[in-house]
Amino acid sequence: MTIAPTFDYCLRLADDALVLGHRLSEWCGHAPTLEEDIALANLALDYVGQARALYAYATEVENDGRTEDDLAYLREEREYRNLLLCELPKGDFATTIVRQFLFAAFMLPFWEKLTRSKDATLAAIAAKAEKEVAYHLRHAAEWLVRLGDGTEESRARAQDALDELWPYTGEMFEMDEAERALVDAGIAADRRSVRPVWGATLDAVLAEATLARPRDGWMQTGGRRGVHSEHLGHVLAELQYLQRAYPNATW
Amino acid sequence: MVAAAQDRPDVAERRARAWAAAASVVDPEIPVLTIADLGVLREVRIDDHGRAEAVITPTYNGCPAMNAISLDIELALERAGFRQPKITTVLAPAWTTDWMTQEGKAKLLAYGIAPPQARASRRALFGEVAVTCPRCGCEETERLAEFGSTACKALYRCTACREPFDHFKCI
Repeated sequence: MTIAPTFDYCLRLADDALVLGHRLSEWCGHAPTLEEDIALANLALDYVGQARALYAYATEVENDGRTEDDLAYLREEREYRNLLLCELPKGDFATTIVRQFLFAAFMLPFWEKLTRSKDATLAAIAAKAEKEVAYHLRHAAEWLVRLGDGTEESRARAQDALDELWPYTGEMFEMDEAERALVDAGIAADRRSVRPVWGATLDAVLAEATLARPRDGWMQTGGRRGVHSEHLGHVLAELQYLQRAYPNATW
Repeated sequence: MVAAAQDRPDVAERRARAWAAAASVVDPEIPVLTIADLGVLREVRIDDHGRAEAVITPTYNGCPAMNAISLDIELALERAGFRQPKITTVLAPAWTTDWMTQEGKAKLLAYGIAPPQARASRRALFGEVAVTCPRCGCEETERLAEFGSTACKALYRCTACREPFDHFKCI
């Protein structure tokens, strides 16, 4: 009965994690310091791990012979369901840190709520992801304070990144009818109920970082329906290259 | 019925042997720790045909050591005479550093890695915990990086002996 919605729900969460994980992996060998290079690669690994668990469960729900690799490597851009926020280019270091902060500050209370899902597998994945993302949030928040309350340039870059990414934050709280039905069924977590915690985290950290919280205005949308920015295609071109060039290659 | 089969002396003996074989597998990243020390090995079962099944849980969702660990368990069980062993991965209850045995923590310390604290504590934003230097025992240490050589470790330095060291993070 709830097979299709649960499958789609898994895809949304998995695609967020995979695409953001891929963006983070682009820092490998390019981060400002060696420690940060390792940190960002570790974050990427956590996200790809979360994506794998969710894709694996999605294929189990679908029960159609598709594998987690099929979902990651053989879907087209329009079939991806991730937030636009996750697919934007990594930008400068401030942009990456601000995105990580905005996303982790949302995902921590979100996963915490999902640990109480009536779907035992989703609850188990959430319980693991919650522990990881708590660490991610601290990492991003500490950097944000260092950048915001840092030099003139680091502060300007952090504020620019915040202003630039702000219109992409509204999508995190969007829920369509299918997702609302899953919330009512006790399977999905209510995204809107996460907003107060998210807002409080932002206010606390932005105050410490001496950064201004942008005003809410028009928000970008479309990712959940497969309507993406021009950037996702470029992510997938790289991510899916090997399977496209050498179908069914394994190692 | 299944429980009864598990309780038979010959099955219990096989299970103990399978457990010993699986529990001998070490973490490829921290070879002083076995997967039993880590709390990654949850259970070993014997089915009605005498086949062994090892149940493991990942420390982190994306831990790349899990594939190597699964292969090593398969090999260890086959060497111990168990054919076509099965490896099952479970996520719940989620692994935390509380699953690590006291013996495991002692081994880590001897290896030069500061073990996780007695109880996994999740710090709020900007919280700090004292990590003791595994070499000189000094409590005055500073964190150099949130992430160390693997997903489960952070990099610290002792302000007394100046040695950098890994700290097994609490999750």
